[in-house]
Amino acid sequence: MSYFYTEEQEMIIDICNRIVREKINPVRSQLDEDEIFPTEILSEIGRSDLFRLFIPEKWDGMGTGILEVCIATEILSKGCLGVATSYAASGLGFLPILISGSDEQKDRYLPSLASGGKIAAFGLTEADAGSDAGSIKTKAKLEGSNYILNGTKQWITNGGEADIYSVFAVTDESKGIRGASAFIVEKDFEGFSFGKKEKKLGIRASATRELVFENCIVPKENLIGKEGMGFIIAMKTLDKSRPAVGAQAVGVAQAALEEALCYSKIRKQFGQAISSFQAIQHMLAEMATNTEAARQLVYHAAKAVDSELKESSRLSAMAKFFASDVAMKVTTDAVQILGGYGYMRDYPVEKMMRDAKITQIYEGTNQIQKNVIALDLIKNGF
Amino acid sequence: MKFKIMVCIKQVPSSTEIKIDPVTNTLMREGAENIINPFDVYAIEEGVRIRERLADIPELETETVAVTMGPPQSEKILREAISLGADKAVLLSDRSFAGSDTLATSRVLSAAAKKISDVKIIICGKQSMDGDTGQVGPEVAQLLGFPFIGYVSEVRSLDNKKILLKQLKEKKYDIIEAQLPVVISVLKEINNPRIPGLKNMMKAKNASIETWGIKELMIDASKVGLDGSATRVVKIFKHEINSNTKMISSDLKAQIDEIYKEIFTYDKN
Repeated sequence: MSYFYTEEQEMIIDICNRIVREKINPVRSQLDEDEIFPTEILSEIGRSDLFRLFIPEKWDGMGTGILEVCIATEILSKGCLGVATSYAASGLGFLPILISGSDEQKDRYLPSLASGGKIAAFGLTEADAGSDAGSIKTKAKLEGSNYILNGTKQWITNGGEADIYSVFAVTDESKGIRGASAFIVEKDFEGFSFGKKEKKLGIRASATRELVFENCIVPKENLIGKEGMGFIIAMKTLDKSRPAVGAQAVGVAQAALEEALCYSKIRKQFGQAISSFQAIQHMLAEMATNTEAARQLVYHAAKAVDSELKESSRLSAMAKFFASDVAMKVTTDAVQILGGYGYMRDYPVEKMMRDAKITQIYEGTNQIQKNVIALDLIKNGF
Repeated sequence: MKFKIMVCIKQVPSSTEIKIDPVTNTLMREGAENIINPFDVYAIEEGVRIRERLADIPELETETVAVTMGPPQSEKILREAISLGADKAVLLSDRSFAGSDTLATSRVLSAAAKKISDVKIIICGKQSMDGDTGQVGPEVAQLLGFPFIGYVSEVRSLDNKKILLKQLKEKKYDIIEAQLPVVISVLKEINNPRIPGLKNMMKAKNASIETWGIKELMIDASKVGLDGSATRVVKIFKHEINSNTKMISSDLKAQIDEIYKEIFTYDKN
């Protein structure tokens, strides 16, 4: 199928396909089974310049757009959503620096993140502040030339593995949502530690940990933007990153569809391949149609983000929610087509089904996405 | 000081099921996609790694140059070499190179090494997938007067004057130190070739690749191509592999006699 990709996009696809074929697929079931963080694969992704996609050329990036990030993420997710999540979460972690950081902060942090030499993480969620991100409790108090951070972040992807963290903390409790600020915290800052590694249903190659701040000393110059801008920075970041979650969903759906299609042509029951039965054919047709529709929406949302269209926030939310629902349905149907085999760990589709679930939850649950879409509709119309 | 690493690569048909033309006794290459000889991919990777390892030596200008002899369409594998990390690539192409055997090919490659100049290490894959001779590396070394170390499985250490290598022998490894310049051939186990990066792929797409023929290389046309070849392909046939090792241990003269007898009675066995 042709998607009218540019030559550069074709190259990205070519690189990602090779990474999937040679580096991810041979080890993905082991990474899942033993919950191993894919350090080596991320190095390979770094060497292949894929982290550079997010970042302008001035800071050693390739200066491409979110569309290219989505294309790379989609292909990597065909191999393993756990690996793709670790890749995409680094981008999510450094987007606040890219969006609102000073030139000095960009000079200091972006080149090593572009090369993949260092990876990043995004620290917003807390035990009592998930969808209600405005009620974060982590505090940052200015003392002399440093901010002192206290509090705990929960379920942070790349936690403990990343070198650079974008952390959101309250600097002025009296201002509510406008009292939050964003900080760049390095792994070895005094007073910064990590909680236990979480055990998850899926994306088990990715690392999820608590970030614990106990009188953590963060230099004043590591404040991103100004005090009180934290919530806006977080929302701007998520608007940009959401299409990539949609792309993860499209990738895992496509992979499950390909597995199901292949299996249906080989599996014989009642003397013929199960692909000759209309029940299976209709499932495959629905899976393919939904995956394709999700892909088109993701690409369109990514282009809208890259063009800074006013409807980009709404489209990003649509792409994330629609594609992740499709991924859940398609991976579940793939398990159904493979039947008993699909339920066994010998085949990759049960992992895809377990992995797909997170795309409906993280970076804003699908219910929150619908809030974003509806509020934007009501406020701005068409 | 300049320190150049030359990597010799060859374009081969991708299929291992290539047919032999029963009339001309040559390989039927039509329809097969051309790729870098798989063994040469490890040579490119090692050439790039050696350059990276030398990066810390002050005032050393390093460059990894990929070279191939072949028809103009071989340019494709040179671009691939750049995408895999080579800094530069040169195509050795001339009508009079056609039909070269390993000796004639080695004359062209050694002339290229001289023209590139400051070549300290020449790296080849252990053999080509189509011809399978493994002769070009040693012949290039002979023509240039460089030492040759084949079947290298590890570059243990190197600086701008010498190199320490691990070489596979039949049932053991030797650790060999050589003064530069040197020609080596490498095994698959030497490294795990990288996946090309996007930057290098873009660079490869836009790279200008020089073509050198007999004029640029200043070689006599009679020394290359079919005319310059010391061998002729008389017949190609499918060979049944039958490996028997016979240990010969006696005094040197008796050993030579025994080997002589083995070689010249081989066909009769």
